[in-house]
Amino acid sequence: MNVHLKPSRRDILKGTGALVVAFSLTPPSEALAFVGDAAIGKPVALDQVDTFLAVDDKGLVTVYSGKVDLGTGIRIGIQQIVAEELDVPLANVSTIEGDTTLTPDQGPTFGSLSIQSGGMQIRQAAATARSALLDQAAQRLGVAKDDLTVADGIITAKSGGGRVTYAELIGGKNFSLKLDPAAPAKNPADYKIVGKPVPRRDIPEKLTGKFTYMQDFRLPGMLHGSVVRPPTLGATLQSVDENSVKDIPGFVKIVREGNFLAVVTETEWAAVRAAREIKASWSNSDTLPDQAKLWDHVRATKIVGNDVTSNIGDSAAAMAADGKKLKATYDFAIHTHGSIGPSCAVAEFKDGKLTCWSASQATHNLRKQLAQMMSMPLDDVRCIYVDGAGCYGRNGHEDAAGDATLLAKLVGKPVRVQWSRADEHGWDPKGPPTLIDMRANIDASGNITAWEGDFFIPQGAAGMVDLVAATLSNRPADNKLSPGGIVNDSAIGYKIPNIKTVCRRLETTPFRPSWIRAPGRMQNTFANESFLDEIAAAINVDPLELRVKYTDPADKRGLEVLDRLAKVAKWEKRPSPRKDATGNVVQGRGVSYVKYELVRTYVGLVADVEVDRTSGDVRVKKIYVVHDCGQIINPNGVRAQIEGNVIQTVSRTMKEEIMFDRGMITSLDWASYPILRFSELPELVIELIDRPTEKPWGAGEPTSALVSSAIANAIFDATGARVRSVPFKPEKVKAALRST
Amino acid sequence: MKVSLHVNGKAEEVEIADPSTPLLYVLRDNLQLHGPRFGCGLGQCGACMVHIDGRATFSCVMPVTAVGDRKVTTLEGLMTDGKPGKLQQAFIDEEAAQCGYCISGMVMQAQALLNKTPNPTDEQIRRHMEPNLCRCGTHVAIMRAIKRAAVA
Repeated sequence: MNVHLKPSRRDILKGTGALVVAFSLTPPSEALAFVGDAAIGKPVALDQVDTFLAVDDKGLVTVYSGKVDLGTGIRIGIQQIVAEELDVPLANVSTIEGDTTLTPDQGPTFGSLSIQSGGMQIRQAAATARSALLDQAAQRLGVAKDDLTVADGIITAKSGGGRVTYAELIGGKNFSLKLDPAAPAKNPADYKIVGKPVPRRDIPEKLTGKFTYMQDFRLPGMLHGSVVRPPTLGATLQSVDENSVKDIPGFVKIVREGNFLAVVTETEWAAVRAAREIKASWSNSDTLPDQAKLWDHVRATKIVGNDVTSNIGDSAAAMAADGKKLKATYDFAIHTHGSIGPSCAVAEFKDGKLTCWSASQATHNLRKQLAQMMSMPLDDVRCIYVDGAGCYGRNGHEDAAGDATLLAKLVGKPVRVQWSRADEHGWDPKGPPTLIDMRANIDASGNITAWEGDFFIPQGAAGMVDLVAATLSNRPADNKLSPGGIVNDSAIGYKIPNIKTVCRRLETTPFRPSWIRAPGRMQNTFANESFLDEIAAAINVDPLELRVKYTDPADKRGLEVLDRLAKVAKWEKRPSPRKDATGNVVQGRGVSYVKYELVRTYVGLVADVEVDRTSGDVRVKKIYVVHDCGQIINPNGVRAQIEGNVIQTVSRTMKEEIMFDRGMITSLDWASYPILRFSELPELVIELIDRPTEKPWGAGEPTSALVSSAIANAIFDATGARVRSVPFKPEKVKAALRST
Repeated sequence: MKVSLHVNGKAEEVEIADPSTPLLYVLRDNLQLHGPRFGCGLGQCGACMVHIDGRATFSCVMPVTAVGDRKVTTLEGLMTDGKPGKLQQAFIDEEAAQCGYCISGMVMQAQALLNKTPNPTDEQIRRHMEPNLCRCGTHVAIMRAIKRAAVA
């Protein structure tokens, strides 16, 4: 069966009241013809209501979302927002996501912004639509607008009982309406759907094998492609033995352009085998630093810019004044995204136009990159999102899309590229190594008078990460570093009179960088919240109390988080380290706190750990989280995100580190890049603070920013030893224990 | 070549070009069973897990020609009359999936445990689930789902 997987609005609407977006099983020609119709008059500009919403003649609502559900549950969240705002049954709302022809460019699905930013644009579109529909209804029923109520998409006049449905007013027609930023949104006191733990619709399908992932997507006549990776980064392809794979059943051809070498086959297994068995010779290339001296390398890398992220008072003068001087250096290893399903994409050229299906978190950006790589007009490229395995940032999905596109062009047929595990571990872009120097001065009364931080991080922002295929084939690319918004949370929110934090932007970094969950925020907060703990110990003060002391007294929400955290974790007020630890296995607890990016979601976190002083093994026993992201759309979704943040970051903190030699990454599988397993799972206690009348903020990242520092602080509490280098592998913990 | 298999209670005959083809690709591409998924091809993550004669097995490293007349069960085979099995339903009720890519393997691994040990302790669950990886951090929800199925 060839499934042409593309959400077809017609099919969605056909499924009266169906809970799931139906995928069309129609052959591509019919599907594409339909899409052609849909594309006519379907705006994608951000200031149009029709960009985001359509109501059909049965009153069924389609949401067009630029933000995609990466397995986080934002799809149901956005549907709840729309159903609530329009007063239609939730079951009547379905979604099309991440299709560059049909959905707006609301920015990549990153940064904990899907609900906070994307969802709020859609809420405003719905509020505008509702208001316009009420205007029309008032006219039609001959009553005042404020005499109308809406339930289940039916508008009723309170006096006289006249009624009209959304379907009758707008069904199948465009709103042709500008999005009104001032359209009144519903009063949260009247919410019936937002704030409720409504179940996600994809989960039953995922539990029964019916869900179609990107990895399941097929086109008729499609071939399988696999890229043969250079053995080292920067190696040049010298020769290929064409005969080495020709006997593999299903082999079709070898494709080569520059250093882009690939095999194309009839079956997926043949592609796996051919990529493994092909004989090719490559030049030697030793471009990487000595991993044992990575941090010397980072420190020696040329600084091409200094971003001052906070400058309060006069930190230089305050540092020079008398007082107790503290300084510490922290480092955070290079991480991979580690998706369980390696990246996958399918590309097809038809009549000179490209369609590419992938699990990209940023199809509008991918479209630009594919057009650039293929030197095609943007209008001739369409990218369509299909759910894949979780990506947690910019992983390899876009690169697989680049591979598939180049191969589809070179072989003249649709091509599917399924990355291998080694492709994913070796060739997805990495979270860059981060080195941080902290300094502080403390006066005779124990007040922090100066705080300084230098963050050594690569240059660049959250732009577009160059496609591997473009680099290997020497096709056009931006040739810029795009590590993400990694300067965030280098500044701190604590009320210290003299603060200066500077991001030292490095010219290069060993691997192609990109963003991984809480990029920069995680590394920077690790240093800030560890260092604050070091200060607390130096002045013999309870670390949670110190955080309260330096939080703006006007920041009631922040103080409430800290207060509730102390209660839920049964925080015992005392300085660290504990004085009563005896024996070989010792327990400790550590705290960490952030107001994310200084302006949004508040999180407080306590970690309980157990340290084996002989082996250096650290067991994270229990994590407490208190979380205030304002208005909660779906508490199940928020809770799942917090659980994921904690577990994934315990893994990153305790275990994860890319290993490499002078030529290439050597940790190319799960044995050499281990992640957390069930036996290492901490117990979780999560307390959500719901504030229905506040703005909804992100929940996909903030908690993860706290995990590393809370664990480091807990290890210190247990042992008096300070670990300043992520991951906290036993040998590092033992070294820290030896130096205390 | 033709290979006979017994999958989810049915006798199947599939045509394959390469005898080294792992069972995973035959299930997915010849039999259209998308429960088992490709995760590593190395038997390291569990996304491909199926039961072979009741034992949780990595289908990505098992050549289809080595299966013989043993009985293969996939995620789809845990359903009865098109309805999710008890453990599947417990995962649904607990919303124990985020991206869900690992979840078929998780269910197959957990089902193998419950078949032998209907009321496992937390410690038994953790030990048994050790081979399976999840990157979203769904582990605690998965633990809840397994326990829910155990007591239900």
